[in-house]
Amino acid sequence: MPTLNHYLVLSAVLFSIGTAGVFLRRNLITLLLSIEIMLNAVNLTFVAVGRYLGSVDGQIIVFFVMTVAAAEAAVGLAIVIALFRHRETLNPDAFTSLRW
Amino acid sequence: MLLLIPLLPFLGFVVNAGVGRRLSKPVSGGLACAAMVGAFLVATAATWPILFGDGAPVDQVVYQWMASGDLEIAFALRLDALATVMVLVVTGVGSLIHIYSVGYMHEETGSEYARYFSYLNLFAAFMLVLVLGANFPVLFVGWEGVGLCSYLLIGFWFQKPSAADAGKKAFVVNRIGDFGFLLGMLLIFATFGTLDIQEVASHVADRAPEATFGVLTLITLLLFLGATGKSAQIPLYVWLPDAMEGPTPVSALIHAATMVTAGVYMIGRNAVLFSHAPMTLETVAVVGAVTALMAGTIGLVQNDIKRVLAYSTVSQLGYMFLAMGAGAYAAGIFHLYTHAFFKALLFLGSGAVIHALAGEQDIRRMGGLRRELPITYWTFIAGTLAIAGVPLFSGFFSKDEILYKTWTAGFPVLWVVGAATALLTAVYMFRLVFYTFHGQPAGSGTPVSIDQGSRGPTPASGGHVPSHAAPAAGAGHLHDAPPAMAIPLIVLAIGSVVAGYVGVPHVLGGENRIERFLEPSFEAHERVTAVGEPLAAEPAETAAEAGEAAHGEASTELTLMAVSIGAAFGGIALAWFFFLKRRDVTENVARSYSGVHRLLLNKYYVDELYDATIVQPIKQTSTVALWKGVDAGGIDGLVNGAGAVVRGGGSILRRLQSGSVRVYAASLFLGVVLVLGYYLWP
Repeated sequence: MPTLNHYLVLSAVLFSIGTAGVFLRRNLITLLLSIEIMLNAVNLTFVAVGRYLGSVDGQIIVFFVMTVAAAEAAVGLAIVIALFRHRETLNPDAFTSLRW
Repeated sequence: MLLLIPLLPFLGFVVNAGVGRRLSKPVSGGLACAAMVGAFLVATAATWPILFGDGAPVDQVVYQWMASGDLEIAFALRLDALATVMVLVVTGVGSLIHIYSVGYMHEETGSEYARYFSYLNLFAAFMLVLVLGANFPVLFVGWEGVGLCSYLLIGFWFQKPSAADAGKKAFVVNRIGDFGFLLGMLLIFATFGTLDIQEVASHVADRAPEATFGVLTLITLLLFLGATGKSAQIPLYVWLPDAMEGPTPVSALIHAATMVTAGVYMIGRNAVLFSHAPMTLETVAVVGAVTALMAGTIGLVQNDIKRVLAYSTVSQLGYMFLAMGAGAYAAGIFHLYTHAFFKALLFLGSGAVIHALAGEQDIRRMGGLRRELPITYWTFIAGTLAIAGVPLFSGFFSKDEILYKTWTAGFPVLWVVGAATALLTAVYMFRLVFYTFHGQPAGSGTPVSIDQGSRGPTPASGGHVPSHAAPAAGAGHLHDAPPAMAIPLIVLAIGSVVAGYVGVPHVLGGENRIERFLEPSFEAHERVTAVGEPLAAEPAETAAEAGEAAHGEASTELTLMAVSIGAAFGGIALAWFFFLKRRDVTENVARSYSGVHRLLLNKYYVDELYDATIVQPIKQTSTVALWKGVDAGGIDGLVNGAGAVVRGGGSILRRLQSGSVRVYAASLFLGVVLVLGYYLWP
């Protein structure tokens, strides 16, 4: 029987994988996917803690997060497409013209 | 009733300043004249009981002006014997000058014309407030107001830089004097707790005169500083000659007849105060005498007709202060009164000459005008004889009274100075007459020879250049004064002759009525009689002495009178010899004493001295220390420094904005880790 700690550890592992993905991968789409992983790691925590405390608040928040994540993915992918049309690349290091 | 006297000219000012530009010239000029003449009529009616009745002063409190704790100041007017003389002079001579201005200023455009008359009326209103004010603040309002109008009218042709500068100079120099006056006023309030002139006088009367330097001496010296500014005495006389940049009627009204005598009036008004400060009186007498002599010597060599008259005004004002300093207040006011007539006349006469000559003011380019300008000539002669102190003319009586009183007050040295100045007065005034009205008509006459080192001929530059008149003196048609200008000249000429007969001295069989008339104004009233003792003793004593001394004094007076008559005629003779008969001799004298001549021509270099000792140091301090040091260095430095710090910090911090999303994400993550770590660390 998995305890709360198991869920939290899994969540932390998922979050770290996502973070590492954001830092290490050089493809914008992978970056977006990594962010999705981080978000879902957080969702897992909410659900687990909600279950542990015997409340549905965690699950409600997860629905909100999923909605926002869907919108974010839509906008993010649209921007990625627009960027690709301009620069023919998806490497985030190519897009640094918004600087001093 | 009293309020109406200053109020009428003030209404004239309001109308002319408000809608004057839409009125036609006859209407706006007529309105201003009507306001002045109306004020004169009201003043006559108001002063009638004082002149011919019991002489009781009239008081009027218009309203409570300020009330704060111990300080209660009413807008109070007071008409006594002294104010009577002043009010009649201001409104009477003022009316004549207003009428004269209608003719003199007719070249100006409609709006300028209205502006001129609105200033002139405003001046008259303030001057009347000054002479009617019953306490120091009201007097001060008038005092400052006439200074303002003087500034406005000197700089009336403000497009001309010299006129604008002269106005500024007058204002700034007066400001120095006014500062002294203000301090004197504050000290009076601190000492006596009141600012009512009468109350101050009765407080002072309770004290003994100050033998040494004390608070009364300080008060009177500060007030006298104000008087030197307003009345153009050493050390603050420098503005008056420059003030001649204004229109000539203004010079006549403000800088000869009325405003510049305000200082003399103020001392007369505070006669009790000054009498209790013998040290101040001595200072006043010495300053007056020295100013009289110094201005007289400068006037001897000036070539601008108005400047000669300006220095003569300074000199005559010196006489008045000499009289005040000698304690002969009535004599000073008497001279003020006669001087108002003949000096206004002389200025208006010079205005008529300038008008006829299309703005020419250099007497070396005039000459032989007595045929073309008969009215101007004869009235000018009347004024000149009066100022020179020729017997039977008004100036003789008043000047002689001053010299006599100076002698009896125990200032023989100052008497000598005064007599010498009388001689000088006759010389320079007749020099003016001979240069202007006698000799050959200009152009062909005396070449401009040795005087070129002085200030170049400044007249006619942009100011008053009547378009219809001939472009150069002597050429073409010259016209005598039109009626609006001639009538005031004639009236003032009559005044210059007869005005003195109110003060015929006893020794000539007169009664010196003006002195007896003015006497009550120079004494403290009310409480003094209650104190009684010391005052009661004095008259008995003096009466006994007077009986004995009367005979001896009469002979002294006659001797002194003979000297001053001799001075007048001697001066005329000298002027006739040097400036009419043998001008070549004059030039030789001037050449052989060229150092002295240049010194006089440059007015003892006083302007240069002031410039070097006061103006330049202030300018340098302001430029180097205040402007470049404090302002540019300190204040701007703070502001610019703040900007530089922000900019410098920004130029370093902006490197953080690399544009790389991953760096942002990394710093975000690092931040979260740090914050969480801080809170969660056990």
